[in-house]
Amino acid sequence: MSESSLPKDPGAAAADAPVVEVAEAAAAKLADREPILQVRNLVKHFPLTQGIVVKRQIGAVKAVDGVSFDLHAGETLGIVGESGCGKSTVAKLLMSLEQATAGEVFYKGQDITKLSGRALKAVRRNIQMVFQDPYTSLNPRMTVGDIIGEPFDIHPEVAPKGDRRKRVEELLDVVGLNPEYINRYPHQFSGGQRQRIGIARGLALNPEIIICDEPVSALDVSVQAQVINLMEKLQDEFNLSYIFIAHDLSIVRHISDRVGVMYLGKMAEIGTDAEIYEHPTHPYTQALLSAVPVPDPEAREHRERIILSGDVPSPANPPSGCRFRTRCWKAEARCAEEEPLLAIPTRFAEVDTPARHESACHFAEEKDVVGAA
Amino acid sequence: MATSVELSTEEGGTEGGPLLDVRNLHVEFRTREGVARAVNGVDYSVDAGETLAVLGESGSGKSVTAQAIMGILDSPPGFVTQGKIIFQGRDMLKLSGEERRKVRGARMAMIFQDALSSLNPVLNVGEQLGEMFTVHRGLSRKQARAKAVELMERVRIPAAKERVRSYPHQFSGGMRQRVMIAMAMALEPELIIADEPTTALDVTVQAQVMDLLADLQREYNMGLILITHDLGVVADVADKIAVMYAGRIVETSPVHDIYAKPAHPYTKGLLDSIPRLDQKGQELYAIKGLPPNLLHIPPGCAFNPRCPLAQDVCRTEVPPLYRVSRDRASACHFWKEVVGDDSAPADKA
Repeated sequence: MSESSLPKDPGAAAADAPVVEVAEAAAAKLADREPILQVRNLVKHFPLTQGIVVKRQIGAVKAVDGVSFDLHAGETLGIVGESGCGKSTVAKLLMSLEQATAGEVFYKGQDITKLSGRALKAVRRNIQMVFQDPYTSLNPRMTVGDIIGEPFDIHPEVAPKGDRRKRVEELLDVVGLNPEYINRYPHQFSGGQRQRIGIARGLALNPEIIICDEPVSALDVSVQAQVINLMEKLQDEFNLSYIFIAHDLSIVRHISDRVGVMYLGKMAEIGTDAEIYEHPTHPYTQALLSAVPVPDPEAREHRERIILSGDVPSPANPPSGCRFRTRCWKAEARCAEEEPLLAIPTRFAEVDTPARHESACHFAEEKDVVGAA
Repeated sequence: MATSVELSTEEGGTEGGPLLDVRNLHVEFRTREGVARAVNGVDYSVDAGETLAVLGESGSGKSVTAQAIMGILDSPPGFVTQGKIIFQGRDMLKLSGEERRKVRGARMAMIFQDALSSLNPVLNVGEQLGEMFTVHRGLSRKQARAKAVELMERVRIPAAKERVRSYPHQFSGGMRQRVMIAMAMALEPELIIADEPTTALDVTVQAQVMDLLADLQREYNMGLILITHDLGVVADVADKIAVMYAGRIVETSPVHDIYAKPAHPYTKGLLDSIPRLDQKGQELYAIKGLPPNLLHIPPGCAFNPRCPLAQDVCRTEVPPLYRVSRDRASACHFWKEVVGDDSAPADKA
């Protein structure tokens, strides 16, 4: 068992005990609080049909196929995975933009997948979204003031009519834009500024949860850091909970408290950022991490690279058993027959180690691929 | 503009010169709003078997330079106003359209970022790959198809024989990019320009594609210009790096040195502003402000409004490329301070 230090406490590398304490303290802190959002066995299948007059269902794209996680107040949960793994569909389900096929999403104990009408509208006020592409997610024919103020038309109780302009100016100020820009149009802004407008719109209704779907992937490197810093500042200021969906593993690590790794509609592994990045136990997480190019030629030479063969299988026809087995170097007969459940692997259940976190693999085993130690 | 410091690391290689030598290249776009100076005096060179990474943000001129080299600049509005592009001893800018067409594809080829929109959706990939041979080499369609299968095998597309009749939309992103690479490789060019070849791909596939590209380059001893904004990809494959900002090269360096000790405040800012996978840092360093509008590039050093070290001289005088060491150069009046004040944080590696 390799016991390596957490980055927060590099001095403790020699002793095992302090490391475990840190991890336990963090876990205890989270367990104390009631999660603000509980997702249980969420499923979304998109039907595949054949025929023009008489439509028959011939199958389904299993975009999300049984995903469970919790989100606590003030926490950032990162969700990573390759394109097509279902991470954006999860975002849409949480927003009730798509109807779930099965499963529940509890917001403060209330299942929002069953809500409609007024009750749904009330919940949506508290869950807002920031979209990926700041170029297409803002209406080019509306002024910035109208874009940010539009949520108030739908939820007039948040800001009375006379107050709105003042509120919008405040919001512009909060996200670091000049309040005098209120009458400008989106095309007059750069990509980073537009994403700030998108964030201001997300904040307008004082939500508790913001779901960010690839919020910085369309931005230039030097502007990405500005937006990430802004999001972290806003989280502290307003005690926001983020679900941060991205394919850039370095950014997810930077901003997240906990990270979930998705593969083909399922959660492969979930844990704190140190557990996932420094003590990954699922082979997919290990491969994903090892493939990330690190901007440091010295570090690169000490890293082992796992290059996966092939592509992600089609979600319309996922492999039996473990979905990763077709690309996995550890796959055995058992993996094809028996689907591994997302749970703490039995071999780590009794041991105090950062490897003790939920991982959906029959042969879960620790491996440091990032070379952080 | 006084910017001609010799940049090639290996002077006088085979046949007395590098494979490609770009000298003082200027490109401008004449638009209705005014003249956008996209490239303002770029010098770089690539030897056979060497990988040059050109790093920059959108609007830095990295892709426009590549288009000028390939001779595929949209003209009008784009015009090469000055400079030389010497490829295998001949100045490409002096060739006729017909001569240039013979070079393009056969001697130098390009791989584009977005494979789906670069491939023709109504032709199967076999026809598109075969076109290279029917047009340039005069092969029959049947021979061309056999060549296409061979190429697809070379870029490790499984079941090439069956897939040669498939259409681009039937391929995954990574496989499509392999088709693009196969197309660029078809006539065994001496130089390949890859413009953000893996930006649209997932990390696991990105690693496969970069590996393939590096293997092919080694096998055929090609020169490779890799255009990217990803500092991570660069670290893995490049021999040397040229960092571009507002149409100029602001720093050139062998790959190892630039990460340990950047010599330009822009490079340093970029390196500090990316989160690291193996360290959970505190707040990210953010370069303030925005990249400049090419219609109104700031006077003096184009980076001065965003630079923490900017002094009066930076607002008036364009910094030349100062020689930092034998094979490094930086276009910063205060490069000594940049290299110097970096020594402390560099310890942590």
